[in-house]
Amino acid sequence: MRHAILTAMLLAAPLVSAEVTVIQNGTIYTVTKGTFRGSIVIRDGKIADVGEKVMTPGGARVIDATGKHVIPGIIDAHTHIALDSINESSVSVSSMVSVAEMLNPESISIYQALAGGVTACNSMHGSANSIGGQNVVFKMRWGADARGLIFDKAKPSLKMALGENPKRQGSPQGLQIPGLSSPQNLRYPGTRLGVEDVIRDAFTRARAYQREWKDYEARRARGEKLLPPKRDLELEPLVEVLEGRRLVHAHCYRADEILMLIRVFDDFNIRGVTFQHVLEGYKVAKEIAERGHYASTFSDWWSYKVEAYDAIPYNAAIMHRKGVLVSLNSDDAGGAELMRRLNTEAAKVVKYGGLSENEALAMITINPAKQLAIDQWVGSIETGKDADLVIYDKHPLSSYARVEKVFIDGRQYFDRDEDLSRRPKFEAEKEGLRKKMLDQQKQAAPQNRRPS
Amino acid sequence: MRIARIACLTAAAAALMAADNNTFLLRNATVHPVSGPAIQNASVLVVDGKIADIGPKAAPKGKVRIVEARGLHVYPGMIDSGSPIGLAEIASVRETVDTGELGDFNPQLRALIAVNPSSEHIPVVRANGITSVLVTPGSTGGGRGGAAGSLISGQASLMHLDGWTWEEMEIRRGAAMQMAWPVIQMPRGRGMDIEALLPGLAPRRTTFAEARRNQQQQVQKIQDFFDAARRYQKAKAAGEAIQPDLRYEAMIPVLEGRQPLMIFAAREREIREALDFAARERLKIVLAGVRRPGKTLEDIAKRNIPVVLGTTFVSPLEEDDPYDEPFTLPARLHQAGVKFAFASFGVQFARNLPYQAAQAVPFGLPYDEALKSVTLNTAQIWGIDNEYGSIEKGKYADLIVTDGDPLEVRTQVKMMFIKGVPVDLESKHTRLYKMYSARP
Repeated sequence: MRHAILTAMLLAAPLVSAEVTVIQNGTIYTVTKGTFRGSIVIRDGKIADVGEKVMTPGGARVIDATGKHVIPGIIDAHTHIALDSINESSVSVSSMVSVAEMLNPESISIYQALAGGVTACNSMHGSANSIGGQNVVFKMRWGADARGLIFDKAKPSLKMALGENPKRQGSPQGLQIPGLSSPQNLRYPGTRLGVEDVIRDAFTRARAYQREWKDYEARRARGEKLLPPKRDLELEPLVEVLEGRRLVHAHCYRADEILMLIRVFDDFNIRGVTFQHVLEGYKVAKEIAERGHYASTFSDWWSYKVEAYDAIPYNAAIMHRKGVLVSLNSDDAGGAELMRRLNTEAAKVVKYGGLSENEALAMITINPAKQLAIDQWVGSIETGKDADLVIYDKHPLSSYARVEKVFIDGRQYFDRDEDLSRRPKFEAEKEGLRKKMLDQQKQAAPQNRRPS
Repeated sequence: MRIARIACLTAAAAALMAADNNTFLLRNATVHPVSGPAIQNASVLVVDGKIADIGPKAAPKGKVRIVEARGLHVYPGMIDSGSPIGLAEIASVRETVDTGELGDFNPQLRALIAVNPSSEHIPVVRANGITSVLVTPGSTGGGRGGAAGSLISGQASLMHLDGWTWEEMEIRRGAAMQMAWPVIQMPRGRGMDIEALLPGLAPRRTTFAEARRNQQQQVQKIQDFFDAARRYQKAKAAGEAIQPDLRYEAMIPVLEGRQPLMIFAAREREIREALDFAARERLKIVLAGVRRPGKTLEDIAKRNIPVVLGTTFVSPLEEDDPYDEPFTLPARLHQAGVKFAFASFGVQFARNLPYQAAQAVPFGLPYDEALKSVTLNTAQIWGIDNEYGSIEKGKYADLIVTDGDPLEVRTQVKMMFIKGVPVDLESKHTRLYKMYSARP
């Protein structure tokens, strides 16, 4: 029954995509080029023009945004939504797996995130292993199939994890579940020391594998006839990391482990890594900034485990002031609870640490776009970028702001009024299905009876 | 200068100086009494920790300390209607968690005696304008999941978020009796990989009939326990020679309707059963964790049963629910005429109580109701409104001074007074902030 409803909702996804749309006379928060009262012209899915005064082409669909607030679509650099499976936790290096295979386009969290102004996200492998699987960046194109959701221009990336989570299966007390914490089921590593070793070892092997292929290519280029090396699907993604063709998102908490990973990456000349959670990033902000690494953190999470006990809501502000590019994320899985209110999460960096409103908005738009290397297409309101836009009724950082419309690639994917007007129909349909199910049960009941 | 010095005092030190410190004139502020409209350019006169006068002309007899609040706003301190603060420090470390005692019936347990006044959470939460909390001894997950948690988990205590000891923090030790109405527990479906990961531990497949039977057995247990407690109460009243029993003893205020029974019931079926039970037993109840009241809403309103709502920061209950289902729930209750208050039902995000109330405003809840649901409504529900919950003459001066609307995230809380005593707004978080901002 649920399936039927979801399908109905998918079919009902709005198909408004006039040639040219103009969002007129709103407060426009471009994030990169100032905030002003003005208009946005959308053509062929892109922002064709934006400014205080723009030419409204004849025949354009005009959306009056007087008194409304327009921001770039929100980007969440750390989620696990719309994935049917998150952790391949049987091995300590699972770089061969990809969560893209698990993307479920019918997951209602996509629509819920959309209704909260999120237009793109990085949905990631979990943190059960030191080197995890490959992640997927997608847009909330509700109604599209899995292929159609994926933001195919995004650079591929890999998950890594430090601290309590990856060492949990190596600790006799770790899981505290009978049957799994028995000595036979322990998995190396069980300490932060071992986590470093697993990572260093994997990249050392990747480097050797890279050399093996380079030698092969060189010899082949010289005309030698020889067999290619055996392909290694575990090491290939790591070679891509070494060659700057694949990004790293590293789950971490404590300052010591953050610094450890920075030093390991120094040794392998890996730059531009995004430290995820990074709740003690404020303690080593200088070191993160020095190497041009990034930070994607929570606004105010703390105390849910030991490694989160020194977490402070000023983390983002300190890191930002010390030169780290910071984004705020939700870490949502199986729902879009926090994702859909990232705007007020951003407001918390104004409260805790006194950052400006624009700096706050950057942390949920252009900064995550940079961390995912999609900033040339999304993350700000600029001519030439994808028309991924959100219209709020009030200041986007206000607790009272509500998302009214959301556009992705210039197409309107969410409209609150339409959502409200569809509800009675859905309710009636649901009621009808419920009744049908009950009727079927009633009919089926006597036939199930067995003679005693 | 003097104010600055006072603000620098630690909370504990401030408490020590209470005798000198709880008389002052807070002036030039916009005062939001909550019980009435805002008053511009007003003063609040506090004498011996209580509000002596409010208004543009409020003035002391003789010399009194002046607290300048020009351009600032004064609100009553906010009250959280349910959080295990002080009982739980680090969620993943059992040694630091004192909620959820073993056994089905623990009415004799009292939350306040295990509240750790040095919990790092206390200053963190009050920094956002929350002056008191109903500390709950049991799980607040809404209903009883499987075998975990008690049916009656103990007495919830209203506590101030300041004091050297739990005794000094106390407002009402037995403010409510916490109880969970049994739910029909079906194994979780799609979307959980725990079954794939741990086949041996996956919940056994049960049919609805079985689950229903289990639930009815739990309900019967509750009935039996209440019946036994009633017999004890009667025997005691009749002066019979009986063995004292702390559990039954603790039930007497509930049975007499003096202590509210805070029943956690999320969905229509459980709420209906809880309402019927309360009517039969003639109990004073407060429903908590309500999510899907359905047709019971009318009855809740008609019988004037107050409701404690959990956080609005949750996903819709079902995947085919409207996306804003949790955001519109408070407005639906308000429209039905139900009095409600908000609870954080947690520790980590307890400081976000004002923002969870605000979330309901763009989805239909009038702003004034949102503010009341963390102040005056709360005080009324827990029966402390003659002393707390609004800025009125004769009430205790539990006040916050802000630079704006306390339900807005961007607003800063500048000062706090609990019973008229200035309270420190520094915390572990501000200390680490200062320390690491200064790192060269």
